[in-house]
Amino acid sequence: MDLYEYQAKLRFARHGIPIKEGDVAQTAEAARAIAQRLGGTVVVKAQVHTGGRGKAGGVKLAGDATEAEAVAGAILGMDIKGHTVRTVLVDPAVDIDSEFYLACVLDRSARRILIMASGEGGVDIEQVAEQTPDKIHRVRVDPGQGIQAYQTRQLAFGVLHSLPVERQPAFKAAMRDFQRIVTQLYETCVAEDATLAEINPLVITTDGQMLALDGKVTIDNSALFRQPELAAMRDPGAETDAEREAREAGLSYVDLDGNIGCLVNGAGLAMATMDVIQFFGGSPANFLDIGGGAQAEKVATALRIILSDERVEAVLINIFGGITRGDEVARGVLAALQQLDTDVPFVVRIEGTNAEAGRAILADADMNTATTLAEGAQMAIALAGERSATRATQQGMGA
Amino acid sequence: MSIYVDGQTRLLVQGITGREGSFHTGHMVEYGTKVVAGVTPGKGGEVVHGVPVFDTVAEAVAATGANCSLIYVPARFCADAILESADAGVPLVITITENVPVHDMIRVSATLQSRGVTMIGPNCPGLISPGSAKVGIIPGQICMPGPVGVVSRSGTLTYEVLFALTERGIGQTTAVGIGGDPVQGTKFIDVLAAFEADPQTEVIVLIGEIGGSDEEAAAEFVRANVSKPVVGFVAGQTAPAGKQMGHAGAIISGSSGTAEGKIEAFTAAGIQVARHPDEIADLVARHLQQG
Repeated sequence: MDLYEYQAKLRFARHGIPIKEGDVAQTAEAARAIAQRLGGTVVVKAQVHTGGRGKAGGVKLAGDATEAEAVAGAILGMDIKGHTVRTVLVDPAVDIDSEFYLACVLDRSARRILIMASGEGGVDIEQVAEQTPDKIHRVRVDPGQGIQAYQTRQLAFGVLHSLPVERQPAFKAAMRDFQRIVTQLYETCVAEDATLAEINPLVITTDGQMLALDGKVTIDNSALFRQPELAAMRDPGAETDAEREAREAGLSYVDLDGNIGCLVNGAGLAMATMDVIQFFGGSPANFLDIGGGAQAEKVATALRIILSDERVEAVLINIFGGITRGDEVARGVLAALQQLDTDVPFVVRIEGTNAEAGRAILADADMNTATTLAEGAQMAIALAGERSATRATQQGMGA
Repeated sequence: MSIYVDGQTRLLVQGITGREGSFHTGHMVEYGTKVVAGVTPGKGGEVVHGVPVFDTVAEAVAATGANCSLIYVPARFCADAILESADAGVPLVITITENVPVHDMIRVSATLQSRGVTMIGPNCPGLISPGSAKVGIIPGQICMPGPVGVVSRSGTLTYEVLFALTERGIGQTTAVGIGGDPVQGTKFIDVLAAFEADPQTEVIVLIGEIGGSDEEAAAEFVRANVSKPVVGFVAGQTAPAGKQMGHAGAIISGSSGTAEGKIEAFTAAGIQVARHPDEIADLVARHLQQG
């Protein structure tokens, strides 16, 4: 779960990392009041779960409260890469001397938290990693020992020595602050169960203060049970209805752009099913893993979610019967279909334990059944093509 | 022959009285796995599918000589259960439970590493050495003994492959599900090394998916250290960036962890990559005929 910038910075502040004392607003009037209280120039920043806000016009300076209201009015409601802006952060503007990058990320291969620091801040760190990898300094933390002073020195001197000469004095003066912030960011990462805690940029102001100007924190969903405060920060408005319904039903669902709905048991198999559809020239409408078993109720919910996407022209159900038997799955699918009223064609592919019995039950009910995944995918693609052609003709006649 | 588990495995099930633990213990006992003990705190003295239940792992190990532990306890108690097994001297721990917090796994992995304990999982289907031991939830009836080693980050996709192989009369030495989490106890390279060392394994099937860089590491390992033919597959070629595809570890971050990159690495290392899952068994069959 991603936190918004303002939430991330409040978490930083809890662990002692300096931030600017702004506030958030859902309306232009509220933004005006905050700007009034803060006085002077402010920066109004869209709060969305995506990068590239600045380029999209989601971050703007305002000289006074009236301008802040106007700017906030323009940003609120804006669409940034499919995310509607419903909240803005109004922060006091800062005179920046220089920008840095600092992050704690999960290093999957090392099974440790990796701390990365760079003198190249405020830019896309992936680009820095690709073009000038020697400008990123790294240490990995032993979870039993925690972060050590020598590691913060290693990062600090690494950054110092790779800075251009003219930037070195300012950083040298702030180096103790930098080392303290490294430790505090690691503490944030562990205490908040984060898999990413990133300050970008970390800045030195013209009066020598080091502070976190922007932040990104990703919380491990599996740890939300012990992070009730963070769990409460989930923004239901940032999810689509389908995504929310799926999450509440315990289904893994990701919306895609294609026209063939997929219902599969198991994440790996669900991905492979999407891949096979594409391999044969089709386009999957979603990823959906119903997990173990195949109770009719769960299958029905899954199908309702898939069919709520109007682009869906056919549905491919791909179930591997392991300990759950194929005939049970088949009965579950039929029971689920009885609850739904739709003209979208279905193809069911069942393999594994008792698959033949399962296919017989479905064939008796006039369902399209397939033996292999390849066959199922091709049938679904053909049916989707027919349905879309028929609808196009009907629309043509209607016009 | 097989890797990790075989007829000598004396299995202990942590969380044996729970719904999943009890259900799968039944299947394992039925399969012929030597399930010697179960542990559920407070339920010592009970019997589940003929298996005696103890209150602590230490007691269970002392009484039964268990040498492998299988964990079904709820995610929030998982780190504790794994460490309890390690402390009791169990050298191999398999964790089926999903949604174990990442920071718990970081902490636990470091401890296990320092003690030389092997962990498989979490969020995995376990493993099976057909004909001798089934440890976890992989269905026994879709497997048969034979010359193919299978390792995978997925559950049902692995079952698909096992079933397709068995249907063709191609059996398996061991099938290992290493799990779909970002922090795993055992990685592809560990299992590849074990299959390379196992004289009975003739062909290896490697099933990866998007996210992380373990497939790339595996490809490098195969190029440098594996003499046996390897057939590969990578799930998630159509997955969008930045979205978690079911498994916590199946996510493309920025430009890293894509299926394209992994397939490229496989191909460059001489691993034959199946274009879709149905092709995996075909490619394995071809290698066995050549052998």
